[in-house]
Amino acid sequence: MSEYEGILQLLSWVLIAGGTFFVVIGAIGTLRFPDFWARLHAASVTESAGVILLLAGLCLHAGWTLVSVKLIFIGLFLFITGPTSTHAIANAALVSGLRPKSQSVPTGNPDEHQP
Amino acid sequence: MIFALATFGILLAMILVLIRLIKGPTLYDRVLAVNSFGTHTVLLIGVVGFWNGRPDFLDIALLYALINFVGTIAILKFFRYRAIGDVMWTPPQKDEDS
Repeated sequence: MSEYEGILQLLSWVLIAGGTFFVVIGAIGTLRFPDFWARLHAASVTESAGVILLLAGLCLHAGWTLVSVKLIFIGLFLFITGPTSTHAIANAALVSGLRPKSQSVPTGNPDEHQP
Repeated sequence: MIFALATFGILLAMILVLIRLIKGPTLYDRVLAVNSFGTHTVLLIGVVGFWNGRPDFLDIALLYALINFVGTIAILKFFRYRAIGDVMWTPPQKDEDS
């Protein structure tokens, strides 16, 4: 039984370290990418991978208690609302006329020819 | 000690996102940075609670996630329609394609 708990503890440490890695990577990308659309891409790494790995690690550390249930609720809610808010920000930026800097990305509008 | 590493990693990520929030060129960069900062705050509340050995603040983290989502949608709606409640007019949308 103690071996099983030790393996669970080690797995939770690995998951928390991986989640922290993805959170820091997403923040560095949000700071240093050159374009708004690339920054959006980098921020969604934090919203999906970092949140899921960190909350799974905390869940394994807590065991089957009420705390674990609360963590699962937070994870479900962030899993639904993170991509939704990212899509809302991207849609608002596209409607307001912001376009990617790259010349090779088609905007979907055939009248807007980019050399 | 893994919780200390996670706490300082999330704090570093929050500082980097705050720099992007201050120097963001467009409005949408700032909204994205605020949304990401809220997600980092939810994670920080959970990890610090586990670090102290009293994970009793997860309700506050859940509430913060709710308010963060609603606040992001409200900011985007305000800057598109210039109103929070009823929308009296629609923007011309001359730049919208497809």
